[in-house]
Amino acid sequence: MIQIDIIKPLHTSDGTIDLIVNKEIQNGDFLTLFGKSGSGKTTLLRILAGLETPKSGKIIVDDVVWFDSEKKINLPPQKREVGLVFQDYALFPNMSVRKNLEFALKDKKDTNKVDEILEIMEIENLSQMKPEHLSGGQKQRVAVARSLMSSPKMLLLDEPLSALDSAMRLKLQDELHSIHQRFNITSILVSHDISEVFRLSNRVFKISLGQITDDGNPSEVFANQNISGKFKVVGEVLSIVKSDILYIVEVLAHNEIIKVTAVKSDIEALNIGDKILLSSKAFNPILTKI
Amino acid sequence: MDESFIQTMLLTFKLAGVTTVILLCIGIPLGYFLSQTKSKLKPIAETIVSMPLVLPPSVLGFYLLLAFSPKNGFGAWLDEIFSLRLVFSFEGLVVASVIFSLPFMVHPIQSGFSSLNKSLSEASYVLGKSKLRTIYSVLLPNMKPSILTGIVITFAHTVGEFGVVLMIGGNKAGETKVASIAIYDEVEALNYSLANQYAFSLFAISFAILLFVYALNKSMVRSKFQ
Repeated sequence: MIQIDIIKPLHTSDGTIDLIVNKEIQNGDFLTLFGKSGSGKTTLLRILAGLETPKSGKIIVDDVVWFDSEKKINLPPQKREVGLVFQDYALFPNMSVRKNLEFALKDKKDTNKVDEILEIMEIENLSQMKPEHLSGGQKQRVAVARSLMSSPKMLLLDEPLSALDSAMRLKLQDELHSIHQRFNITSILVSHDISEVFRLSNRVFKISLGQITDDGNPSEVFANQNISGKFKVVGEVLSIVKSDILYIVEVLAHNEIIKVTAVKSDIEALNIGDKILLSSKAFNPILTKI
Repeated sequence: MDESFIQTMLLTFKLAGVTTVILLCIGIPLGYFLSQTKSKLKPIAETIVSMPLVLPPSVLGFYLLLAFSPKNGFGAWLDEIFSLRLVFSFEGLVVASVIFSLPFMVHPIQSGFSSLNKSLSEASYVLGKSKLRTIYSVLLPNMKPSILTGIVITFAHTVGEFGVVLMIGGNKAGETKVASIAIYDEVEALNYSLANQYAFSLFAISFAILLFVYALNKSMVRSKFQ
């Protein structure tokens, strides 16, 4: 379990605000930090990795104190044993893919581990290539592979998919999901993509100006924005859940999530991630004062 | 070819070589420190490193001469404890050259460190590697052109220095008489053909060294983007 209770001043374009986090994260959770840029998502990730130091507070992970401002404890990044995937991937340009992975090994002789991870991430054929010759999606895979080399307890992902096109993003979202399942590794993802949040995480912190404004599973956190009276919208299928004899399909359209009931024949051809047209022949306009 | 010519040229390159090796050992830690530090003293450290760029060599040579003189405190101390006399000796020339060429080594290395993306070293720390290991395995290999520039410019600059050498080294054949001094010496003696021999040699060597660096840097950059 990760217990965080910290305050860290953030210098943003709107002046200095305080990032205040007081939360507990369960082992095995896939948590997304969701919010606009400058809200403090990446800073929180960097604080967990030990790359930034909070002004005050405590971070305790599985009863080990990582940070305690009163006792002047601050575990350096080297000792925290986390995996971190940077937004720019930060692959070492002077090393081949294989050498990048070997560098991350705790025990140099453990080359079987390199082969194993190369195989899991399906990047064996890239092992001798230098990072500059890789595509964005390949770099992302190598960066995730490298962060798994030391069998970390926690995987921190800083918008790892934001630079990729949507098809590649869907594929890599699936891969991140399966890695999370396979290693049962507590994962924390920074994202501002609602569909990514739904596909990957079981918990979301919505962060705004340094404060966590919402905390819950994706449906709860985004539930209050899903009322839409539009007659016809184009959207993306986020999830299909069976509910008694009906199915509930969650559709993302223009950053809003719409829940639609459907019958079995409706959803037969539908897959998560599909683009769909949502329309209603006879609809009840809902009036809400704003 | 004249024996004293060869002796002088060899001495010139020995001085430049030794100076470059010493400066490389100083320049990497100093350049790293300057690129990382957020200390308020950083401008002062940078100024001291850069002083030789603007100071007339004769000024530097004059003060070094005073400092190293066995008649004064520091020089006397060196003489007594290490029996090291830095005026009019090869060792003295090396010390003076190291000080005089410091910015030519430190600046390219410092800017090499600064130009590397911060996430490279952070990634290495998160992977559990120490600062030293990170510098050695991650940072230095990714800034080879900067290191090469530092080495070559320092070497070439030391070959070409005149004022400091004249002030502190004097003109002892085989000990402190380097090529740039020899040219001045031969011209004063109206021995133009020998002066030309020195001058042309320095010209040709400097050209060759710089050409080599630019060609190599170009091919390094090209291989990076292919």
